[in-house]
Parts: sequence; structure tokens; C-alpha cells
Amino acid sequence: MSTALVDTAVLKSEIRLFRREPGALFWILAFPTLLLVILGSIPSFREADPDFGGLRPVDGYVPVSVLLGLIMAGVQAMPQTLTGYRERGILRRMSTTPVRPAALLSAQMLLFGGAALVSALLALTTGRLAFAVRLPRQGFGYALALLLAVLAALALGAVISALSRSTKIAGAIGSAVFFPAMFCAGVWMPVQTMPDVLARSVGYTPFGAAAEALNQAAAGDWPGWGHLGVLVAWTLLLTAGAARWFRWE
Amino acid sequence: MPTAPVIEVTELRKSYAGRHAVDGVSFAVEEGEIFGILGPNGAGKTTTVECVEGLRVPDSGRVRVAGLDPVTEHEATRRVLGAQLQESELQAKLTVREALELYSAFYPSPLDWRPLAERLGLTAKLDTRFAKLSGGQKQRLFIALALVGNPRAVVLDELTTGLDPRARRDTWELIEDIRANGVTVLLVTHFMEEAQRLCDRIAVIDKGRVAALDTPAGLIRRSAGATVISFTPSAPLDERELGALPALASVQHKDGRVILSGTDETVNAVITLLARTRVTAHQLRVTDATLDDAFLDLTKEAAA
Repeated sequence: MSTALVDTAVLKSEIRLFRREPGALFWILAFPTLLLVILGSIPSFREADPDFGGLRPVDGYVPVSVLLGLIMAGVQAMPQTLTGYRERGILRRMSTTPVRPAALLSAQMLLFGGAALVSALLALTTGRLAFAVRLPRQGFGYALALLLAVLAALALGAVISALSRSTKIAGAIGSAVFFPAMFCAGVWMPVQTMPDVLARSVGYTPFGAAAEALNQAAAGDWPGWGHLGVLVAWTLLLTAGAARWFRWE
Repeated sequence: MPTAPVIEVTELRKSYAGRHAVDGVSFAVEEGEIFGILGPNGAGKTTTVECVEGLRVPDSGRVRVAGLDPVTEHEATRRVLGAQLQESELQAKLTVREALELYSAFYPSPLDWRPLAERLGLTAKLDTRFAKLSGGQKQRLFIALALVGNPRAVVLDELTTGLDPRARRDTWELIEDIRANGVTVLLVTHFMEEAQRLCDRIAVIDKGRVAALDTPAGLIRRSAGATVISFTPSAPLDERELGALPALASVQHKDGRVILSGTDETVNAVITLLARTRVTAHQLRVTDATLDDAFLDLTKEAAA
């Protein structure tokens, strides 16, 4: 009797609409890999560096690019779309049909979660093919860490959507969260090169924990349960917040 | 045995922040009717239909759509009730065709959207994105989306607001067409002309209550100044004698014309008065009051 939370027609339609957004396509799918390519083109980035534990900086920037796609999708793109849907009465219009507006929410999460994963694959493949960056040696651990990081990013995006009354506010909150999130993910300074105290504090943030977990899995270790635990805790906390504060209109 | 009403609202109440938006509204819409909800802005029209659509939960009272409760029987209600909302949009880059296909997929036995689009004059616009449509085209698309689920009834809220007169008249024909296809229509409007032209019955809502519920003709008849007599007298008439006319509702003087409202009795008395005083009435006109007059009269009573 009850409507499925995911409606395939809505999901297909949202995917089609996403393909018509050149801005979102560029920033989520292309930009992180492009950044990797630019950094990888700098000769010194392709030489082993003791700061990176003997790895080359370009090796360290693959997980950063992976997380960058996730941040773009979850924190920047999704809240803008969802807030716009609410602002312009699209969610309301859908609530007059047998399909619940929650179908639009779940479609957005699947869409941006999927886009973040595609972006991650693109970064990993490019790193491997262009700069001979080894693929994660603990594949399953990497996949698990990545999945948890995607969930945390989507939950963060959902909270931003819930707290923003308009697309303008969503844009402002999105940007305010965007830069710290990029910092924690290691865009300016990969986590392994951060001073100890800083690295430890960043490890308690969703993207810092994700960066640590991905680095460990890339090196062939099982990602620390502490880091995975931080990701799960953030996801639960943020999801609860989003569910508590989200308004359909 | 008469069939049960398609939409039934009984003693509906809804307040926001202590203010009664809807305060005891009752009406029943019969199968195949075009039923109007008419009222000034802020009278509680939209809140009432939002309760019918299940978008709001009433504080008290009973709402039934084809016997279903819009709140507890969410999905089943939406299969039988189509809706066009006052302010809503679609995704800017969704085309007309995609919108029709998407909304068709929401319903168990949708109409074929192609003839529907044809009937609404959207065929040439199927590949146009929503953001590129004109106001009238958007409205027609919303009508199509309200009908695509093959509903028993549709709610049309302020459908023609913001349309030019030509588009408005086209929309009226569409609404008559919808009814001719067996769909019951609940029409919210503040345009008197629209209500008078389209509706079988009208509930006049004012300050959250039903001020009157009747056919358009019935509403006009029951208002005090149902008949309007106007003329340009060849000589001034005695104000006292004018004021003493039977069943008189109002007297106005405008650009040398005398405008009286009252009943048929008033008309006869004016003619007698004119004949007796040997005053010629140039351009004598006797017309029925419009729904406009009746509406102002009805909502004035409710205010008192």
C-alpha cells in the first residue's frame, strides 16, 4: 500500500535534469580530476617526498580529489537544488500526486551520491593511468570508507537544505561549510602533511576522518575503526538534524 | 438514490497562530458539478481547498473526497483528485513532454497524455522546457498535469490569475470541456465574471465562513439590489419621491444619470413615477445586478 521511498520515474527524470546542468557536471565530475591533473603536471609533485611518508604528493592528492567531488556534490550542489525545489513549490506540487515528495529527496541523494562516486572513480582511474598512482591496496576498506564518506556528505547537504529557507541562504551556508570541508579533506595541505595536533583535530571532522581512512586503505591497511566511527557518528547526527528541521514548504 | 457527493466538507476549522483561517466551513460538491469558491483575499479559500487536497491537516471537522480521508488515505485520495496549485512550478529544464510522462507514471491508470496535450494546445510545445513557457502555457500544462491521472475531481486554485483576457477566456472553455468529460471541478477564484460564467453553484467565503451558498442567479436574486434601473431624466426628480420607492436598495447620481437598485417592484414604481411627473427617461436601462454587486452585498452583511 505505502509508496516506495524511491520512485524510479522520479529518479530517471532527476538524472536527466542533472545532465542538463553543465555547471554541476563540471564542478562535481570534472573539476576534482582536473585539479589532480594540474597538480600532477608539476614535476616536483611526482617526486617522493618525506612529508608524505615517502609517497609522491600526487599520490596524496588522489584521495583529496575523491573527497573534493563528494564535497561539491553533497555540500554545494544538492542543497541548492533541494532548496530551489522547495522554494518554487515543486515539492508541494508533487505532494498532490500519489508519489510522496520524499521520492524527490531520495532521488536527489541517489543522484548526487552516484555522481560523487563516478567522480571518485574518474579521479582514481586518472591517477592510475596518468601518474601511475597505485590503486587502493585495501580495496574493500577503501570502498567502505568512501561509502561512509558519501553518506556523511549527503547528510551534511541535507542539513544545509533543511536549515536554508531560500536558495540564497543555501548558497551562503554551503560556501561557509565548503571551505572548511575542503581544508579538512586536505585540499591545501593533505592530512598526512599536517602538524600532529592539527591532523588529530581535523580527524574528528567528517572529511578529515574520511581522508585518514582513505589514506590508510590506499596504503593497504584496514581503515582505522576510529575514523570510520567518526564518519558514522556524523552521518547519524546530521541525518537526525535534517529529519528534525526539514520543511516541505 | 442520489449519489454521494464527490467532495464533502463538514464544519472545517483551521487556525494559524491563534487566527481562525477557516472557521466552520461546510459544503458538498456533487458529481459533474463546477463548484465555485469565491471570496476576498485572505478569506480562507485556499486553506479550505488545501485541506481538501490533504496538504493541510484540519484542526477539526471532516473532509471526504470520494469517501476518502485526504490525510489518512493520502495515496488513494490523490488517485481520484487532481490539483492545480496557486503558486507552484516545475523543474526549469524539464520539457512539457517529460513532465507529462513523469506525472503519468505516478498514477495507476493515467490518461494518454498525447490527446490531452492536443486538447490543451500543448502539442507544439512538447519539447519546450518549463522555464521557456509563457504564463498561459504553464497554466495549461498544470491543467494537463492535474488531469493526467484520470481523476474524478480536480481542484483549480486561482487558475486565471495573471492571464490576459484572451488566455482567460480560452481557459474558461477548457474548464467547461473538463466537466463535459465527466470530471467534477472545484474552482477557487476571486473573479466574479469567471464564477458567474462557469459555476453551477458558488460558496461565498468571507472571514473563514460560508457567507452564502447558491447558484450564481440565486446569489444575485437574494442580494438586496438584484435589479438595476438607470436613466437620464429630462428634468430633476424629487429626491424624496425617489427615496420612497418600494424595495429600493440604493440611489446614485452619476454624470446626470440616476442609478437605482432594487427589485422588479422598484422598476414598476419608477415607471409610474416618471409618467406621473411627466419626466422623460432617456437611455432607460433595466439590468440584472451582476454577481459583483451580490458579492459586495453578501460580504458586507458578513462584516456587519
